[in-house]
Amino acid sequence: MPVPYWTPRRVWLLAGYAAAVCALLCAPLYLNDFRLNLLAKFLALAIAALGLDLIWGYTGILSLGHGVFFGLGAYAMAMHLKLAASGGKLPDFMSWSGLSKLPWFWKPFESPAFAILAGVLLPVMLALLLGWFTFRNRIKGVYFTILTQALVIITTTLFVGQQAYTGGTNGITGYSTLFGFKIADPQTKVWLYLATAVVLFAAFALCRYLTGSRFGRVLRAIRDGENRARFIGYDPALYQMAAFCISAGLAGLAGMLFVLHVGIISPSMMGIVPSIEMVLWVAIGGRGTLIGAVLGAILMNGAKSVLSESYPELWTLLIGLLFVAVVVFMPRGLAGIADLPAALRRRRVRSDENDGVGSVNGARNAAGAETGGTEGVRHSPV
Amino acid sequence: MRPAQKPGEPKASDILRCEEVVVDFDGFKALQGMNLTLRQGELRFLIGPNGAGKTTLLDVICGKVKPASGRVLFRGAVDLTRKREHTIAELGIGRKFQAPSIFPSLTVREHLEIAMRQNRGVFATLTAKMTAEDDDRIAAQLKMIGLEAKAGFKAGSLSHGEKQWLEIGMMLMQEPEVLLLDEPAAGMTDRETEKTGILLREIARKQSVIVVEHDMEFVRNFASTVTVMHEGRLLAEGSMEDVQRDERVMEVYLGRRRDADADRSTA
Repeated sequence: MPVPYWTPRRVWLLAGYAAAVCALLCAPLYLNDFRLNLLAKFLALAIAALGLDLIWGYTGILSLGHGVFFGLGAYAMAMHLKLAASGGKLPDFMSWSGLSKLPWFWKPFESPAFAILAGVLLPVMLALLLGWFTFRNRIKGVYFTILTQALVIITTTLFVGQQAYTGGTNGITGYSTLFGFKIADPQTKVWLYLATAVVLFAAFALCRYLTGSRFGRVLRAIRDGENRARFIGYDPALYQMAAFCISAGLAGLAGMLFVLHVGIISPSMMGIVPSIEMVLWVAIGGRGTLIGAVLGAILMNGAKSVLSESYPELWTLLIGLLFVAVVVFMPRGLAGIADLPAALRRRRVRSDENDGVGSVNGARNAAGAETGGTEGVRHSPV
Repeated sequence: MRPAQKPGEPKASDILRCEEVVVDFDGFKALQGMNLTLRQGELRFLIGPNGAGKTTLLDVICGKVKPASGRVLFRGAVDLTRKREHTIAELGIGRKFQAPSIFPSLTVREHLEIAMRQNRGVFATLTAKMTAEDDDRIAAQLKMIGLEAKAGFKAGSLSHGEKQWLEIGMMLMQEPEVLLLDEPAAGMTDRETEKTGILLREIARKQSVIVVEHDMEFVRNFASTVTVMHEGRLLAEGSMEDVQRDERVMEVYLGRRRDADADRSTA
């Protein structure tokens, strides 16, 4: 019996996606400038969450260093914006620090195309470098995670220390135009918001393709049993590096968009705390589901801005409590709620089975019948 | 029956030759100059008391353990001890571990899909499409291992025996030339063991197989060569009857059981 393509689940899913896309694209119509800007920021962060989910949720490698990849993307964009705002003169913080000439590595960032390319490629290259030395040497688990934390500390220390080149603790701010358009202009902001939404859709589609492909199945296989995958003939290091690089590239992309909406990037925005926060969005949203990562990022940041407007001191407490609650009661995060009814139904079926059927044989038949009905197994033509 | 210590002359029909393999685990010599020759299309049983080094030998062949000295020649030319695990698997050596190791969150069908013989590079799997031929092969394999009805099940929900069969199915999808099976019938019910035996016969028709097995009854059902290992060395080689008549074998392995039986009968 062939499985119908339009299962009710698929229809609901598509309808849900379509509604979400419409709601996001129409947001400029019903949100004021301030809220729209906030939402744009959250959507940018959701792109980073998608990337993190790819490496953590699907490949099983926890990175607590994604702030760095995010930061590199953000700095690449910020460098271009700063040069554009300085109008051919030396950026202000450089002259304050006593530089008289633009450093060589700043020069190419005058080109927006170069800056955008660098914003993605720099994080990818850094991830490749770290992955090359770790995954190939089978450094994983906690040890890898600690190394990513070290990467954060090294990078932020470097950025703070090299004030003349990076703007130090203050970071880089004071932008005016992008592609000749005034960034502060409400009209530009709407376009930037829409661009961010479109990039998020594209990133989501990319991740869906990746996780639904055979590549994605190999990633999950490596997550479940790295050695077993190796003895089938896959080189886990290559796959881990690929996933890590794509993940870092997405974080860089998110950083670039983030800078456009927020107007500043500083080392504290790429440090340990933001790196861990990203992991929390994915954990609370539902690790291993793409929609969970997106929802986690948007809802958590939404809650953060609402709550910290009125009770700034409560926010950190609340996020801690929420995290504990999710880990204990909803290991699959917010995305797990959607599957709750199905899980309950299955549990009921299973207990019926245990009550009714004594013999092992019978139980097996019952289980077979259950699949035939709900999962719609394709029977082989042979 | 051959006196077992010397590796013998290499022949063109040898698909796998282990020569003087020594494995040293921090001073403990798990293998002390092990020799083994497997002919093309042969089904070989590897027996021996616990700690004889049977599993270690399989580990060396599939690259999990690197020997201190010795060679493992595949098709007379490639020294496997210098290759990495995934390369060895790609060369055509499949391994089934003793404990069933499957990917709990992948479905049965997905297991066979990724195990299927194919280009295993990142870009190849990114663009891989299921062809009608692939579908047929997977369907045929599902039928062979008897898991057709569970194709859409997550492997984590399978029973112990089903997991073992799934692993055997994955190995067959790899189309290896040499299969290494570590106690394929361990922990199975009688019926499951019987089914595993049938599977094994099916496999041995086309491929060269080495099976580590403790269950003597299971081994006796197959008329094939048995290699007895003891303390990291080859002790005896021949048919089950030959091996059982061998004095040294009785002493180190089968004899022990006989003594135990004798003790029980006198007690």
